[in-house]
Amino acid sequence: MEAFRKIISKAAPLPLENIDTDQIIPARFLKATTRAGFGDNLFRDWRYDEQGNPQPDFILNKVHDAAILVAGKNFGCGSSREHAAWAIYDYGFRVVVSSFFADIFKNNALNNGLLPVQVSEAFLQELFDAIAADPEQLLEVDLEKQTIAVPGTGKSETFDINPYKKHCLLNGLDDIDFLLSKKAAIEAYERERALYGGIKQEVTP
Amino acid sequence: MAGKTLFEKIWQAHVVEEVAGGPSILYIDRHLIHEVTSPQAFAGIEKRGVPLFRPDKTVATADHNVPTKNQHLPIKDPLSRSQVEALVSNCERHGVELYGLGHPYQGIVHVIGPELGITQPGMTIVCGDSHTSTHGAFGCIAFGIGTSEVEQVFSTQCILQSKPKTMRITVDGELQPGVGAKDIILHIIARLSTSGGTGYFVEFAGSAIRSLSMEGRMTVCNMSIEMGARGGMIAPDQTTFDYLQGRPFAPSGAAWQQKLDYWQTLYSDADAQFDKEVYFDAAEIEPMITYGTNPAMGVAVDKPLPAANGDQSFAKALDYMQFKPGEALLGKPVDYVFIGSCTNSRIEDLRQVAAIVKGRQKAPHVTAWIVPGSKQVEEQARQEGIDKILAEAGFELREPGCSACLAMNEDKIPAGKYCVSTSNRNFEGRQGPGARTLLASPATAAVAAITGKITDIRDFID
Repeated sequence: MEAFRKIISKAAPLPLENIDTDQIIPARFLKATTRAGFGDNLFRDWRYDEQGNPQPDFILNKVHDAAILVAGKNFGCGSSREHAAWAIYDYGFRVVVSSFFADIFKNNALNNGLLPVQVSEAFLQELFDAIAADPEQLLEVDLEKQTIAVPGTGKSETFDINPYKKHCLLNGLDDIDFLLSKKAAIEAYERERALYGGIKQEVTP
Repeated sequence: MAGKTLFEKIWQAHVVEEVAGGPSILYIDRHLIHEVTSPQAFAGIEKRGVPLFRPDKTVATADHNVPTKNQHLPIKDPLSRSQVEALVSNCERHGVELYGLGHPYQGIVHVIGPELGITQPGMTIVCGDSHTSTHGAFGCIAFGIGTSEVEQVFSTQCILQSKPKTMRITVDGELQPGVGAKDIILHIIARLSTSGGTGYFVEFAGSAIRSLSMEGRMTVCNMSIEMGARGGMIAPDQTTFDYLQGRPFAPSGAAWQQKLDYWQTLYSDADAQFDKEVYFDAAEIEPMITYGTNPAMGVAVDKPLPAANGDQSFAKALDYMQFKPGEALLGKPVDYVFIGSCTNSRIEDLRQVAAIVKGRQKAPHVTAWIVPGSKQVEEQARQEGIDKILAEAGFELREPGCSACLAMNEDKIPAGKYCVSTSNRNFEGRQGPGARTLLASPATAAVAAITGKITDIRDFID
């Protein structure tokens, strides 16, 4: 996983609520067996018409070089498909800002170096307003300081992140390396406390 | 000392270690996998050179991407075929039990786990699928995970998880005729919204929940994720134990009694504290149907849609569905009826549909698909003669899979068509690009197929 520290970028605004992972990447594009290339179909059915022509009004067809996606509340609800996080990252986004994230999406994003930044409703609206006033507006996201700022308007807000996840992101570490280092404790749990054995071989609690 | 919730009891029994300032290392008893969210995780452990740690606690099936006709023939779509073949070779290479196409146990992952007795009370169960919450009906901590987390479980049989808050949803009282488990959960989600449960693990309780069969309890827990909850659970009781006894992987003999003694300790203590409590009166719940593009956009089938409120997301949803604010849904024509998915494809669902359509004919303009949740459900339906009743009514009984719930295979609802569906999601394009989904119970779906329009089941059964 790539480390994340700080980013200054334009933002793509998507002011809709409850954007589900079926919109982020429709199920018919989940047939690959690798993690690569999902960005091409990010927001497929909003981005292209039935013939595959770009929908000129959709934000990703107007803004092409933003690394920050700003979306309405409850972003990433629905299916657990990690392909949603892969698609957003593969497209080139490194941060998603919303006033609320669905749980599984948030975990999936963090596990792939995509930073979910949860802001207040009021600040989210300020971001939408600032971007509407100037589409070239830059946002600055600093993970070390846990701040998101709009240098152009002087507004900023801090955001929360689990300290363990922050450490992982800052250093590009993933959970599997960490869990593998805990093998001895896991095997001790199995010997001493496990309630169930293999599917075909039950152990007594 | 205050008592413990059911969730707390099971959680504590599975914490290997707490990480300072971070999540817990949670041990996983059962890992269910399928073809869509596992290949990258298999590739991940192979790249790291790490073996699959506990293959004997892992079970696989092919469900999301499989055809529901002619399953004995090679899959036509090359991408789907290669994904299913990758599952077969990955399972062979890593020693995972696979109930793939052609196996008598094949089916939707959340149908086969319970029906084979793989799912048992007090377990932690994960799967790379958000509807893993289904298994909570047995008194489990069961939840959906992403593929990176699938790789965590492959490598260590553990997952890093922050402990969620707890919510209890109590539904007391008696259900009206024509109202079932699906209506209960659609009613709850409509009240709490698609994010009302986010950050919580929900326990469903109360006399109306207790009165449900295991199939009904699975329907309720299945859709916990649709209000954003990490999972849903119901304390096990005699209904649970009766369902489990004698199933292929349920404990037997002396082991059964030992397990039963443990399972009978799995309930929330009378003085347990929840972070949030919500109450519903079962008598107020009516047959429900959704009208919008998320599962919380539901109304009682005989009530008008909400009025316009200036909200952009609401307007976009109604525009997609081509409904008008404030209008009534009753009598609107229906093009497709889909009975299936991990929410409602079990034998009880098929029996209910058969009872309603027996001796009747579907409306000529309606295409009615019924997709059983597993080969075992399909076989049971044939033994009971349900296949004949459905065929005579003009329904097409297909082979098991996720099918038109997410339209990864060829079972797609055409653009612009209306489908009354017993599945769990009515998102834009979920059942095919441009498809318009109305979520409802198997009874409401069956009656819509007969009349060809949105119908109140209470008018039909009276």
